[in-house]
Amino acid sequence: MGRYSIFAVAAGALGGNRGWRPAWRKAVPKPSYEVVIVGGGGHGLATAHYLAREHGITDVAVVEKGWIGSGNVGRNTTIVRSNYMLDRTVPFYEASLKLWEGLSHDLNFNVMFSSRGVINLAHTPAQMDIFTRRANSMMLNGIAAEMLDVAGLRRRVPLLDVSPAARFPVVGAIHQARGGTARHDAVAWGYARAADSRGVDIIENCEVTGFLREGDRITGVRTTRGDIRARKTAVAVAGSTSQVMALAGIDDLPIESHVLQAFVSEGMKPALDVVVTFGAGHLYISQSDKGGLVFGGDIDGYNSYAQRGNLPIVEDVASAALAMFPAFSRVRLLRTWGGLMDMTMDGQPIITTGPLPGLYLNCGWCYEGFKATPASGFTFAWTIAKDEPHPLNAPFRLDRFRQGRVLDEKGRGPYPGHH
Amino acid sequence: MRIPCPTCGPRDLREFTYIGDALRSAPALEADADTWAAYVYTRRNPRGEHLEYWQHSHGCRQFLRVRRDTATHVIHAAACVGPHATEDEA
Repeated sequence: MGRYSIFAVAAGALGGNRGWRPAWRKAVPKPSYEVVIVGGGGHGLATAHYLAREHGITDVAVVEKGWIGSGNVGRNTTIVRSNYMLDRTVPFYEASLKLWEGLSHDLNFNVMFSSRGVINLAHTPAQMDIFTRRANSMMLNGIAAEMLDVAGLRRRVPLLDVSPAARFPVVGAIHQARGGTARHDAVAWGYARAADSRGVDIIENCEVTGFLREGDRITGVRTTRGDIRARKTAVAVAGSTSQVMALAGIDDLPIESHVLQAFVSEGMKPALDVVVTFGAGHLYISQSDKGGLVFGGDIDGYNSYAQRGNLPIVEDVASAALAMFPAFSRVRLLRTWGGLMDMTMDGQPIITTGPLPGLYLNCGWCYEGFKATPASGFTFAWTIAKDEPHPLNAPFRLDRFRQGRVLDEKGRGPYPGHH
Repeated sequence: MRIPCPTCGPRDLREFTYIGDALRSAPALEADADTWAAYVYTRRNPRGEHLEYWQHSHGCRQFLRVRRDTATHVIHAAACVGPHATEDEA
């Protein structure tokens, strides 16, 4: 497969653009592989890419029930940041952000990563104190963070209502200038193309219906396109984790599946060149390169596998957006959608060997999935290849709940039972 | 989504607060750490019928046990629990 470059684009144009080939093969499953990854989302595809690139393991299949990019990797609000606080979580998200910064070159695919900055608003002096503490913690971990006062915010985000008459008056903000957004579909396609070019088979429309086992050991998967044996079987299926793991007899994971809605407005002239999050309610908003406002807020709040939400959250999110940006009151909503969130009980993920021999589990992403895609793939590939966690994902063990080592990180979004 | 409250009739979702999985029950205080960890952290999380508690917090304030499908949001049954328990169809 040819490399993408300005010369390839020029040559393609001169040839009437009839020479372009699909970015990855339509693979047919082989009877066995070294590694089978269940779930062709961002994390599964990233895992395949890093298994091939970092560990030389190319005898890999990614099996996906639908088409790649049909799940959460195409259902998020594309925000990337590493403004966390705890020493056990910050290095992971910062490693992810560093991978984002070089991702387009690494994949030879433009993921349109844009370091436009992420601003978290504070509405009380106490909230400012907490954000200052978080900024200090970030800087101790080597991550630049900046506190903004109201005057600074007015300069940086002119349309934001920072007046004392606002519904929730703003007193300041924490700003991570290196955070930003990326083109979510391009992330799935870029990882798929890069993994495919190293020999990974990407098998779409292939649903896992069971696991092959020898005693306790998992030795492959049973699919709608036949049995596939594997020395190692990795599961990265986000909101469907409980269902897929139940096929292996694991029905006691610390996970609830919830629906999280996201929204896009009609396209407009450039109005917002930074990601802004609203600390009084819960809202995050940015403007895509196409011009639409992309925003989201709370989960609907009850267990759901529906991939669609209900209207109270639509109203809640819209009212929070208008409390921040009254100027957007006439903007029309174009699309809304819902993704299945695999919500763990502490809001942080699980990347681990086991829980059965031959099985590897990557799940529990809550609100953190998209930004974590590169580091999740990188560390999961390491965990699969070396049968032990990378230092970055060592805290994300499955038994941390039983041991009382939960990750009480307040830089994350909601988790179940929180509302 | 509308929840058929046994005392108030069918009411809009926004009047209710979600409590969670109704099949979990607190173990005895002297139960071991594994039992407590399982109670506090693990969930069956089914796709399909789910027995769950809701509170009609902006209505009669009764706690309800609701049988709902987590994939379709169809509600099959709802009953009050506690001192004002109604006939339990759930």
